[in-house]
Amino acid sequence: MIGLENASVSFGSRTLFSGVSFTVSVGRSMAILGPNGRGKTTLLRALLGFQPLAKGSRQAPRVAGYVPQHGASQAKLTGLEVVIMGRAARLGLFGQPSAEDRAAAEQALVEVGACHLAELRYDRMSGGQRQMILIARALATGSPTLVFDEPTSALDLGNQARTLQLLNALRLRRDKAILFTTHDPNHALAAADDVLMMMPGGREIHGPVAEMIDPDKLSELYGVAMSWVGVSGPTGETRRAIVPAFSGIEAVA
Amino acid sequence: MSTAAAERPVWNRVGLRIGAFGAMAILLGASILFAVGAGRFSIDVPRIGEILFAAVMNPDAPLEQMDERIVLLVRLPRVLLAALSGAALAVGGAALQGVFRNPLVSPQVLGISQGAAFGGALAILFGYAGLVLLGMAFVLGLAALVLVGLLSRIDGRTEVITVILAGMIVGALFAALVSIVQFIADPNTSLPAIVYWLMGSFSTATWPRLWLAVPGMGLGLLTVWLLRYRLNLLALEEQEARSLGVNPDRERWYVFIAISLMTGTSVAVAGIIGWIGLVVPHAARILVGEDHRALIPACALLGAAYLTFIDTLARTMTAAEIPLGVLTALIGAPVFAYLLRRHFTEANRA
Repeated sequence: MIGLENASVSFGSRTLFSGVSFTVSVGRSMAILGPNGRGKTTLLRALLGFQPLAKGSRQAPRVAGYVPQHGASQAKLTGLEVVIMGRAARLGLFGQPSAEDRAAAEQALVEVGACHLAELRYDRMSGGQRQMILIARALATGSPTLVFDEPTSALDLGNQARTLQLLNALRLRRDKAILFTTHDPNHALAAADDVLMMMPGGREIHGPVAEMIDPDKLSELYGVAMSWVGVSGPTGETRRAIVPAFSGIEAVA
Repeated sequence: MSTAAAERPVWNRVGLRIGAFGAMAILLGASILFAVGAGRFSIDVPRIGEILFAAVMNPDAPLEQMDERIVLLVRLPRVLLAALSGAALAVGGAALQGVFRNPLVSPQVLGISQGAAFGGALAILFGYAGLVLLGMAFVLGLAALVLVGLLSRIDGRTEVITVILAGMIVGALFAALVSIVQFIADPNTSLPAIVYWLMGSFSTATWPRLWLAVPGMGLGLLTVWLLRYRLNLLALEEQEARSLGVNPDRERWYVFIAISLMTGTSVAVAGIIGWIGLVVPHAARILVGEDHRALIPACALLGAAYLTFIDTLARTMTAAEIPLGVLTALIGAPVFAYLLRRHFTEANRA
């Protein structure tokens, strides 16, 4: 389980958020939506204990299965070595990773479908490949929670689709509490059970995806008109997605 | 089929690694033999073997031959002290570079050597030698490192350029303090001792001096070697490391104390010998990569071989000894310039 209880964070006199309470229990997945600068990243940092809380409390395991946006970027190590670092909390100060740690890391690579990256150098990988390695590393920690900081922000649509598919597969295993931030409400539709919205004006609301992903709420959240569209899937089925009506898009006569 | 194809490169890498470490060990052995044999009084390798064998078999026998006394009383302690110092300085440099996530830092660039020099000079000024000198060199080297760490940490982040500039400031401060000590030192007794000591040389090496250096350097080397996997984790971004259950704020200090112990000891027994901690880790990275589990032992072997060789050159190239610092700087400065340029070219392109 992971969550905040009546938590507030301030930078000097500026309050980013106050009185935020939510919990994600094991088996659930929550997406955090909010405009730039509203404090999504700060909320994650507070949850992970990197950002002191002015008020309230946090609940998180010591190792929370954190997947940073850009991790280990200087590491001239193989993908497998980066994943093995996920075992750090189990090694003592003078400890060395054992065959067991190596096996756990290999297992994590299998789970994310990235075995082919095991022997590749991390610093030479693409953004999408690094993402997979970092997710495998978070799995290798064995933590009951996974926390993603904008897991799709730097990825093209194909890599977004792959990452979301993986997030959803992890959600459907129902054995972790999953939390991720994103800018795209469709990502919440694709991989979350619940949504926390950091609305303008310092208000936070949360609830199940079906209630929260709603054109009115999202229009208020981003200040852009949003509406549902039907999109044909690969096998001819129609799926509902939600898109913004950017003013530059030409109006249909 | 796929497993065989996947295993072969791993096998090749293991083979390459064994080969690389074998070559480094042979290099160190050759460097030590060359150092013991070379000099005004040249001794060939079979004779060195004979002398060493006799000394091990019968350590209490009186040394009657000239070459026995040269090997066992003059050259061997000097060579071993140079090798140990080289290993300590190189390993200290590699560990420091890992913790600061930067290949450009070294005990000298960060002012640790100058701090240790001030401690040692102060000890000589007050008439102390041996363990007190060593202790003061360690404490003030550590103090210099703490100062650099505090100066360069801004909003919880430590930028490369701030670290190097802070190191320059702290180094300059301690260099000035050394000058003050020299200024007030007695020109007949302590001044020459300080000046001579600071120039950096192994020419005063004796067995007791070697034994004085062994605990500090040995403890430092052992600590860094035990922390070799931790160094990989400490090289991550601070928050990333913390999210994996590492406590970088505390664990970094274990590394710093070990480095100060090694640097302080080496300054105490041989003065300031710069550049080893920069040049050797760079070469070792090319040979074995950035994983500290391979890098730390590689630095120990290469550092020992390198400093033994340089010290032999300093001793044998001309009739009078060339100060060691001159030779290491002549090789080190160009390497540092090259690293600096490459670092910022890479940063620009990223």
